[in-house]
Amino acid sequence: MQTSLTPETLRSAEGREADAILRACVHCGFCTATCPTYRLLGDELDGPRGRIYLIKQVLEGHAPTHRTQRHLDRCLTCRACETTCPSGVRYARLADIGRGVVERAVGRRPWEALVRRLLRATVPHPRRFGPLLRLGQLAAPLLPAALRRHVPARRPAGAWPPARHRRRMLVLEGCVQRAATPDTSAAAARVLDRLGISLVRVSGAGCCGAMSHHLAATAEAHAFMRRNVDAWWPEVEAGAEAIVITASGCGSVVKEYGELLREDPAYATRAARIAALARDLSEVIAREDLSTLEGIGRGRRVAFHSPCSLQHGQRLAGTVEALLARLGFELTPVPDAHICCGSAGTYSILQPTLSTRLLADKVAALEGGAPAVVATANVGCQLHLASAARSPVRHWIELLDGPSPRGG
Amino acid sequence: MAHPELIVALKRAAPSASVLHEAEDLRPYECDGLTAYRQTPLAVVLPTTVAEVQGVLRVCHARRVPVVARGAGTGLSGGALPLADGVLLSLARFNRILAIDPLGRTARVQPGVRNLAISEAARPHGLYYAPDPSSQIACTIGGNVAENSGGVHCLKYGLTVHNILRLEVVTVEGERVTIGSEALDSPGYDLLALMTGSEGLLGVIVEVTVRLLPLPERAQVLLGAFASVEAAGAAVAAIIAAGIVPAGLEMMDRTAIGAAEDFVHAGYPRDAEAILLCEVDGNNQEVSEHVLAVREVLLASGATEVRTARDEQERATLWKGRKAAFPAVGRISPDYYCMDGTIPRRRLPEVLRRIAELSAEHGLGVANVFHAGDGNLHPLILYDANRPGELERAERFGGQILELCVAVGGTITGEHGVGIEKIDQMCTQFASPELAQFHAVKAAFDPAGVLNPGKAVPTLHRCAELGAMHVHRGQLPFPELERF
Repeated sequence: MQTSLTPETLRSAEGREADAILRACVHCGFCTATCPTYRLLGDELDGPRGRIYLIKQVLEGHAPTHRTQRHLDRCLTCRACETTCPSGVRYARLADIGRGVVERAVGRRPWEALVRRLLRATVPHPRRFGPLLRLGQLAAPLLPAALRRHVPARRPAGAWPPARHRRRMLVLEGCVQRAATPDTSAAAARVLDRLGISLVRVSGAGCCGAMSHHLAATAEAHAFMRRNVDAWWPEVEAGAEAIVITASGCGSVVKEYGELLREDPAYATRAARIAALARDLSEVIAREDLSTLEGIGRGRRVAFHSPCSLQHGQRLAGTVEALLARLGFELTPVPDAHICCGSAGTYSILQPTLSTRLLADKVAALEGGAPAVVATANVGCQLHLASAARSPVRHWIELLDGPSPRGG
Repeated sequence: MAHPELIVALKRAAPSASVLHEAEDLRPYECDGLTAYRQTPLAVVLPTTVAEVQGVLRVCHARRVPVVARGAGTGLSGGALPLADGVLLSLARFNRILAIDPLGRTARVQPGVRNLAISEAARPHGLYYAPDPSSQIACTIGGNVAENSGGVHCLKYGLTVHNILRLEVVTVEGERVTIGSEALDSPGYDLLALMTGSEGLLGVIVEVTVRLLPLPERAQVLLGAFASVEAAGAAVAAIIAAGIVPAGLEMMDRTAIGAAEDFVHAGYPRDAEAILLCEVDGNNQEVSEHVLAVREVLLASGATEVRTARDEQERATLWKGRKAAFPAVGRISPDYYCMDGTIPRRRLPEVLRRIAELSAEHGLGVANVFHAGDGNLHPLILYDANRPGELERAERFGGQILELCVAVGGTITGEHGVGIEKIDQMCTQFASPELAQFHAVKAAFDPAGVLNPGKAVPTLHRCAELGAMHVHRGQLPFPELERF
């Protein structure tokens, strides 16, 4: 597509990157077909192609207003468009750049700014988010039903096996997951332990930085990333095989650490190495000998919700489904499996109307096949789906955690 | 803001939030799938009911404000290019499938329903909608009707016009009329055929009843690789001559193969100069026989490799690459100009040779993708719009390709429509008395010229200015070529 970005924009590395991305777009419109918001709203401005155009006009020197910001805010960053795009347009990167530029130009309305500040000040910090969540859980019986369903039930993590194996991998416990679903990482540790791998928690590591990154708080996001690089580095040097991420949303960002910190001379090399070691849990498990787990799923009907960060962000569509099928689970059909559930990080809080519509559609699609359990691979999707689903919603690793049919 | 009175009137006809009129909101609507032509409209309206469409048309008709209808904006001839003094009427929100009749094998759908969504909804009933333009994932049925879209399956199952039964149309005066019926034929003139491919010049389509076909018991695709485009072209003729009517017969040249392979990783042979994709469908026995027959023909025509899809997934992947071939070319060139000429199949080798010569003359690359079975060419001219002069060169090159198509006995459009892109070539295709008749048809529906003016049919004045008025068979460009 033809571009004429302002000379000022083209002077920055970011501006040149945006130009290259824009020029890869040929405006074919295939992306609109798989964009959740375009499907709901039917407005070019609420689809990827229109948002690309909105960003293009800003970078070409047309001053944006809050209207452009609203359309960029409505994007889930689910990246379904990237999977669909035949021309290989790196939409999410362009959206990051565009959101930053627009926010610097038009700022935020006071209420929006406050909500975003509060989110950034609590969610990525387990020491703040954990107690708040506990408070919510304690008060849950007193809350009205509409509010109560948004408070996840308390889950005991269970035992974490001692690091007894020669093979060691690191785990990102993350922020929300550590407080809300601590059983996920613990279950991963137990399953991997049975497969001969010790999963190691590293103190000092925390939020992956995704939330700040997507709220255009770049410096804050980079600080989280650097903290994780520092925390993991000694273990990496000591021979840890991989960094296992059990929440695909975090995984898609950790895998981009190299890219995101490439301008930081002190961290670029280490960040690239960390990114190269990052693995989604499904990638790790699928490569191991699973004979001790064979048949564990027999007779269990599962609807799997593939998070966007897994299928579009990390391009791992089908990995978990194949794994579950191999272990004997019966996967129920899920129409429109490529469409987002509406969780999308902080989207469910910042765009409740659209998020709720997507959630209703997703729950109907998942439960249409009458599964006994809904499984997913990302804490955000898990909590979001659980707020509306009748079936229990679990991280898929929990389905593998338990006595094996062969007593292994 | 220009025309505040018009905006007020539009906001009375449709909810005010669905009337866009600030430049910031309008610019993303300035082009469809053909980005070389851009124009921001006065306003964009996004109605959700037929009554709103009627209201918008009444408002515009009373004020003689031009109206351009738009579906998904995937068209490649600029049919949905807005007009500076006009309203762009988006039908994208009409995206509901209203009814599927599995016994009658029909579907009643709103115009903004995506082509592929119809087949997806029909699949549980063992049915599908046959015309499948490459953009079928995104393009809408309303746009398909307006352009009489084709697709891979059209060789065997016909174009859009052969697969629809009834249209609900809003006239320029805002009147709702039904054209066609559930029956295969209706009394009176065949207005359904007239509306199909009328490119938004005669009315606004607000509902379509399509025919559905039973899913074939089995479909199989063969891939044949060739060391020359000419050999692949000869194989196409040989397949048809062997009495086989494939469900699809498509060709891609080396450049297109590389770009598509980068996207789908289908395992296309990158070193082949051309590949043919040949799909056969029907009952099990019929397909088995045809697969063997096609394989023999391909090998006898000099295929260096013949491959059959191992399973349904591989078959889907092989087609996905072909269907994504246009935009995948975006990986190797910042811009491309997609042509849509048709030629008699037997002229394929010479036309391809001439296109290669023109490519060298203009210094612009070409990727060739075609519906080989029905002689519909899609040369993609590769250019860079950021380099001054390249678009103009690409346009000249494209114009010459279309004139070449006409010269060998073909036409300037197979399925993408004329739009704004091929308007000048219409002067080559038709003589002035013929164009005058087209204008008479237009005037019968829309005497004031409010609906998509300036598209599809050139004014006689425009043709006269081009100096193409008196070009008749003997005086066409490329006089050295034998006439069809």
